Amino acid sequence: MDDLRRRKRISAAGAVIGLLVGLLAFALVVQVKSNTSGDTALANARQDDLVRILSDLNARELRLRTDITQSQGTLSQLGAGAQGREAALNEARRRADELGILAGTLPAVGQGLQIQIVRGSAAVPASTVLETGEELRGAGAEAMQIRGSTGGPVRIVASTAFVDGPAGITVDGVLLTGSFTISVIGPGPTMRTALTIPGGVSDAVARVGGTVIVDEPASVTVDALHASTELRYAKPAD
Amino acid sequence: MIAVLALIAGVVAGILIEPTVPVYLQPYLPIAVVAALDAVFGGVRAKLDKVFDDKQFVVSFVSNVLVAAFIVFLGDKLGVGGQLSTGVVVVLGVRIFGNVAAIRRHLFKA
Repeated sequence: MDDLRRRKRISAAGAVIGLLVGLLAFALVVQVKSNTSGDTALANARQDDLVRILSDLNARELRLRTDITQSQGTLSQLGAGAQGREAALNEARRRADELGILAGTLPAVGQGLQIQIVRGSAAVPASTVLETGEELRGAGAEAMQIRGSTGGPVRIVASTAFVDGPAGITVDGVLLTGSFTISVIGPGPTMRTALTIPGGVSDAVARVGGTVIVDEPASVTVDALHASTELRYAKPAD
Repeated sequence: MIAVLALIAGVVAGILIEPTVPVYLQPYLPIAVVAALDAVFGGVRAKLDKVFDDKQFVVSFVSNVLVAAFIVFLGDKLGVGGQLSTGVVVVLGVRIFGNVAAIRRHLFKA
């Protein structure tokens, strides 16, 4: 009887011990699993740690936002700089084109006049042709070229020389003979008026027995080029 | 024998069921586990010393767990939860080392 009760007591105590040890093993495994799975670093952190981490993150966000703002400012500055350079480049290109047309190094097209100076019995002297060019330029001509019945065309620029030759005139070293045709781009009516003023080009040509015929085609092409020359004496002054 | 079987059963149950630790238990469970480990090693040592007592084991196990959890709870309330948890773990770790050393002396006579 006593033995039985003792055995029973032992087994009851053993059951409790087993329960506790089992519980321990269970809790151990659960804890290990919960530590190895998921974002345990934050899940197990204490409240004050979390608050510190949060404020750290906030400070970092603020810093990064400042960085972003600065970078965007830099970006827009660089963009503005690039745009300014682009505009300057376009402007320079436009001016180079204009100067090229004025200097005779680029072909040009536009409205203007086609002027024929037909020779009569005597040749038209170089001074008359030069005067024609100057009248036209004074009336606003922007680009000119001259062609003879033979020879040419030659672009007429500021430095073009007109010299009387044995058979005709020599323009910048090119011999032109017979009748001359001047293609000029500029304001048509003004130039026409400039040619026909009394005592002007028309009269001068008529004095040597020639005639001046002025056409106004829809579009005049000036495609003879003047070889650009290196400046030997003049340099740009800043 | 029962304890070993229960240990295996508990591990298997923990692996199979895969429960998540409730939030309100999260600070206490690790400390409670360490405290229980201390009690178990103490029990094994007492067994080898032939002074093992069922009642004493059960009471020490339960009280160890409860006191450890209470200390952590108190620490949390006082704002020194982290430090107090560390302290409890250190103390229990020292006791576990002592118990394991005694067990080792019994088993290996060294």
